[in-house]
Amino acid sequence: MSGALGPFLLKRLALSLLTLWLLSVVVFFGCQVLPGDPARAILGPLADPRAVAALNEKLGSDRPPVEIYLSWMGGLITGDMGQSYAYRSPVAPFIGSALVNSLKLAATVFAIVVPLGIGAGVLAALRAGRPIDRLISVAGLSLTVIPEFVSSIALILVFAVLLRWLPLSATWPAGSGPLVQLQHLILPALPLVIVLFGYIARMTRAGMVEALSADYTRTAILKGLPWRTVLSRHVLRNALLPTITVIAAQMGYALGGLVVVESLFRYQGIGSLVLGAARAKDFAMLQAGILTVGAFFVVTTLLADIVTTLLDPRLRTGGRR
Amino acid sequence: MTDLAVPPVLRLDDMSVSYRIRGRAVPVLSQVNLSIAKGEVYGLVGESGSGKSTVALAVQRVLPANGRLSGGRALINGRDVGALDRAALLQMRAREVAMVFQDPGRALNPSITIGRQVAEAFEILGASGHEARRRAEEMLTRVRISSPARVMERYPHQLSGGMQQRVVIAMALAKDPSLLILDEPTTGLDATIEAEILDLVDTLRREFGASILFISHNLGAIAGLCDRVGVLYAGRLVEEGPVRDLFAEPRHPYTAGLLRCLPRPGLRKDLAPLDTIPGFPPAPGSITAGCVFAPRCALADETCRTIDPPLVATGAGRVSRCHHHDRVADLPHAEPRAAAGTLAPAGTGAGTPVLELTALSKTYGSAPYAVQALRDVSLRLMPGETLGLVGESGSGKSTLAHALLGLIAPDAGGGMALDGAALAPEVRRRTAEQIKTLQIVFQNPDSALNRSHSVRRLIGRAITRLGGLSGAKREAQVTRLLESVRLTARQLSARPRQLSGGMKQRVAVARAFAGNPRLVVCDEPTSALDVSVQAAILNLLAELQAERQVAYLLISHDLGVVRYLSDWIAVLYLGRLLEVGPAARVLDGPHHPYTEALLSAAPSVSGERTGRIRLTGAIPSGVSPPAGCLFHTRCPRRIGPICDTEEPPFTADAHGHAIRCHLPRGELGRSPAPSMA
Ligand SMILES: Nc1ncnc2c1ncn2[C@@H]1O[C@H](COP(=O)(O)OP(=O)(O)OP(=O)(O)O)[C@@H](O)[C@H]1O
Ligand code: SF4
Ligand code: SF4
Ligand SMILES: [Mg+2]
Repeated sequence: MSGALGPFLLKRLALSLLTLWLLSVVVFFGCQVLPGDPARAILGPLADPRAVAALNEKLGSDRPPVEIYLSWMGGLITGDMGQSYAYRSPVAPFIGSALVNSLKLAATVFAIVVPLGIGAGVLAALRAGRPIDRLISVAGLSLTVIPEFVSSIALILVFAVLLRWLPLSATWPAGSGPLVQLQHLILPALPLVIVLFGYIARMTRAGMVEALSADYTRTAILKGLPWRTVLSRHVLRNALLPTITVIAAQMGYALGGLVVVESLFRYQGIGSLVLGAARAKDFAMLQAGILTVGAFFVVTTLLADIVTTLLDPRLRTGGRR
Repeated sequence: MTDLAVPPVLRLDDMSVSYRIRGRAVPVLSQVNLSIAKGEVYGLVGESGSGKSTVALAVQRVLPANGRLSGGRALINGRDVGALDRAALLQMRAREVAMVFQDPGRALNPSITIGRQVAEAFEILGASGHEARRRAEEMLTRVRISSPARVMERYPHQLSGGMQQRVVIAMALAKDPSLLILDEPTTGLDATIEAEILDLVDTLRREFGASILFISHNLGAIAGLCDRVGVLYAGRLVEEGPVRDLFAEPRHPYTAGLLRCLPRPGLRKDLAPLDTIPGFPPAPGSITAGCVFAPRCALADETCRTIDPPLVATGAGRVSRCHHHDRVADLPHAEPRAAAGTLAPAGTGAGTPVLELTALSKTYGSAPYAVQALRDVSLRLMPGETLGLVGESGSGKSTLAHALLGLIAPDAGGGMALDGAALAPEVRRRTAEQIKTLQIVFQNPDSALNRSHSVRRLIGRAITRLGGLSGAKREAQVTRLLESVRLTARQLSARPRQLSGGMKQRVAVARAFAGNPRLVVCDEPTSALDVSVQAAILNLLAELQAERQVAYLLISHDLGVVRYLSDWIAVLYLGRLLEVGPAARVLDGPHHPYTEALLSAAPSVSGERTGRIRLTGAIPSGVSPPAGCLFHTRCPRRIGPICDTEEPPFTADAHGHAIRCHLPRGELGRSPAPSMA
């Protein structure tokens, strides 16, 4: 049955690894080329040149770039992400905790936007042409174009300052339980929900409209199946297939949006970590952070492919047509 | 006669349906009356757009969102469908009415297994999950699907078109319906598969005793299957009656026109053009006064144009909506060709053939999965002649055409020659002259024409590319070509979507003729078209051939089309030529047992399907073809072990008629009636 799946996934995997490697090269040499030298960047413009040279030697940054790259890659492969200049300690734990935080935020975003977007899309398709359909379409379109920072500020003003329903800070007190954490996460999640909602609703609606008018749906109706069974068994499955692919692919992009939101809400996620590292010229941290974001993107895209393949028998079984 | 106390299974009472198009209600069915008795098979014929499908949908209350029953009623088993509440409607759909659509590939849910989909139909009737699956498997067996258990695990895309349609029929029969609606169930399927499906419907009809509403534009299929037939034109039932009587002696000019369009035995391109119905069906709702057929009717007079004819009885069980139903036999026929019969059927041919294939083979894939799509095919075709290529799907017809066109490379060792010069397998190594010489007309003009270009541009570009003309010369040539395919200057600025199917095919023909070709490959040129349009295109092809001495390689599953246009016929089976010869000799016999079976499978309007030879067993796989005679696994005439071990020789008689069979000529089959008058 899964004859076509194995080679297909292997190919995708190889492609993903290639993408990651290319990213590592770009990130690494990007960081090498931009500023002068790392030790100078760390010690500041007033430092003694001898101290700078000594640090450079200690950091190994006076070696040829290719050599540095190779030892960096070697480290990455063995799990060593290098030392942060700014914190003077290993990079990995910072990346780890920031990634967990970002994932929590992303999970909150998707937990809200997926049911909402799909629900709205399904409703719009079932009421195609009626006022509720138009409302959903217009709302989806106009919300998508609002930049995150604008909606963030508006949301903060309304929910945290005026109504005081949600905490202003995204960072919860240490040791808080999941519920309290969630309370802190909702406000920063909303700007991304707003951006993604229209997209998912539109995809769902298009898929639904197509499936509703498909011949196989008519076949199901003419079998005498109740409308609800027609919908759940025959329409939704085929309608949501393209939507699910889009959602999985959106997860990667959502991470990009996180950078803006995290820094606005001062949330300790991977986005603010990368931003901070860039400001502090903390290259090891910056490189590791960007690579992590890249890896996340690649993994979600791969997942999207796998999910689509599993759901669509035409792909799964390598059809004849 | 039927018992008066039992209501008909289906009755339409003055049923009218309209579709809302751009805010306006457009009538597409006007006051259609018909009734189908228990166990009866009723055929509904009519050209595309006449409203046949609308009848089927309205009866089950599944009209598209913009469709509305604007008058009258449909009664199923005596109950008004429109008056049923939701629960009763579901019950009716679950138990009484079943429907099979034209395109089985789209009627099945792509993401659910066949087993689930068929079992579902039983679950609605109250069967438990396990029971439903058991009965589903049983039903698949009843529609003659071999190894049903395996098919149950499959998804629709893994089945062939014929298998898919069997599955759809199985789902329809699950409820043991009292009314089964078949809407063009075989359109788009191969000729032999079509015959199999029609056979299946015929047997099942007796096994299940369902009444059937059989919708089709294929008059032959209707004749073979139905008891009574209704003819629909522009949303009106214009004639109705017992199928034999009605086809033998139509009493409405439209019915007569449809029947005359068919390329029937005895007609041949060099004797007479096919009759056509001039003009086009009217746009829905555009004719408000008089007879809807008047603009296309040769008998139309002032009465016709002002007074809408009523349905009048014209014989036992027959009605016709025509003022002059007694004069239908007077309708003029197309003029016989001036030089009738002078274009004698081809001889063995001297001179240079326009096309010569020597030992052409094509193998797809590599051992052990190699499929031989063509085996050692040798053919020659003289200028101005047509070679008809017939065979079931998978027999290699398209492979042959593709090799000719340079789309695939044949195996080394074979040869292709055009006008005596070797033809390179790859297009880019062919001379400009050769590319001009060899053109193609496809089955589906839609996919062949660029949608965003106007007709002028489509034809003009072909002229520049193939004829090398530009400027005023090019414009003149566009006009000339347009005339020769009987289009008018009005259509020059139209884009493909504004043209009817027949017009699009004319544009495609015009393009193929832009460079004065010597050989045109016609791949199912009319199978997407209505019969009246088909007749016009066939006439056009015949006239262009006579005018320009162009040769055709005609691929068609419709033997009527092949018979009308061909001088030679070649029969392919598993990539092997089983028979080649002058058309009349191949058709009349003695012919190969396989040819005999193909000919007997072709539906004819006289409705005689008694002599049908059924081929048992599936077409063998090309990967492991049978030893000996390739046809022996299905041959009804198999002699004995010699057929299983020794491939018969392919020897030609004095007329160039070759048959690959061990049987002596004297014992080979002949057609019951000679094909040529
Ligand atoms: N949903 C629709 N909206 C508007 N017009 C429609 C719709 N469906 C069909 N029509 C029009 O109604 C008329 C009858 O269509 P119908 O599909 O019943 O014809 P048909 O005889 O089944 O044709 P075919 O042989 O092509 O299947 C045609 O003119 C068609 O264009
Ligand atoms: S009523 Fe007149 S126009 Fe109509 S079909 Fe009869 S003869 Fe032709
Ligand atoms: S050779 Fe034998 S099996 Fe083949 S067609 Fe002739 S009779 Fe049939
Ligand atoms: Mg139809």
